[in-house]
Amino acid sequence: MVPAQAVGNQRLDVNYILPDTPSEVLIFMNLLQIANRTFRSRLMVGTGKFSSHQAMLDAMEHSGCEIVTVALRRVDINNPQDSLLSHIDPKRYLLLPNTSGARTAEEAIRLARIARAAGCEPWVKLEVTPDPYYLLPDPIETLKATEVLVKEGFIVLPYMPADPVLAKRLEEAGAATVMPLGAPIGTNRGLLTRDLIAIIIEQAQIPVVVDAGLGAPSHAAEAMEMGADAVLVNTALADTPDPAAMARAFCKGVEAGREAYLAGLGPKRQQASASSPLTGFLRNES
Amino acid sequence: MRILVNGNEQQMTDHTNIAALLEMVGVNPEQVVTEHNGDIISPERYGAIHLNEGDTIELIQFVGGG
Repeated sequence: MVPAQAVGNQRLDVNYILPDTPSEVLIFMNLLQIANRTFRSRLMVGTGKFSSHQAMLDAMEHSGCEIVTVALRRVDINNPQDSLLSHIDPKRYLLLPNTSGARTAEEAIRLARIARAAGCEPWVKLEVTPDPYYLLPDPIETLKATEVLVKEGFIVLPYMPADPVLAKRLEEAGAATVMPLGAPIGTNRGLLTRDLIAIIIEQAQIPVVVDAGLGAPSHAAEAMEMGADAVLVNTALADTPDPAAMARAFCKGVEAGREAYLAGLGPKRQQASASSPLTGFLRNES
Repeated sequence: MRILVNGNEQQMTDHTNIAALLEMVGVNPEQVVTEHNGDIISPERYGAIHLNEGDTIELIQFVGGG
């Protein structure tokens, strides 16, 4: 979603936004709007693979995130553990259940309904990944599941291949955002799909959240500079020696990228364009 | 009787219900979602749903994930 014009870089302390606040005002406030909710942070964090609950909570805290993803799995009945939700403050973070592990639309829909039955708000990060090696999202099943879940009243945030045509189809089906991948999940390889994501950003009327594959704050900054509305990271934080420090770095990367986007990047050129005056050199021109 | 809980066979006494099953396997009913033969069961019905031979129960909870 491209704002109408660049705005300043100040962060306003807005604790409550009226539901019918015009989008021009939200843009001025530099807020992210998804469906009926607004967020100050443009960094979403996944909760998987952290070495401990404390490491996860520290990373969440230092990232400044307001949305965290969680997964659903069978309870190990031989060794039942506390639910992850007993560690996360639902007043502070919007829980975004994912449908990871689903290989078909049907399995994803089942997981979304289970998440809602668990008392979550009806938000779902839709993932349908039949291929276990690259975990690439199935575009057809993802579209099918989006259509069903939107009709059931879910706020659907589909994880998707970086395909601009699919992004439009998901938008038409009522998706609240699109979440194109930068690279396969957990690979830390960055924006391998940047040219396609640029087209998705150009065309989307709903927020574009770059998800998967971002491994460094510079990757996140690049996505935001291009005009992405938000990014989601997990492995890039969890699989590092100091997740909290990396979360701070990502927070800065996202903010820097956003501010650069709003400021407007200078044009690219093939030939040099001198920054210093081209007159008054300390030599006599012949 | 035998019922299938998260893919594992469990021996249960006859005339039991979901609440008793959760207590037997040591699962906090407030922290799981339960499916009985594919249907999501709301917690207030755990005592009312009686189990039969061959029933399938899925106990699902939130874990970390991206």
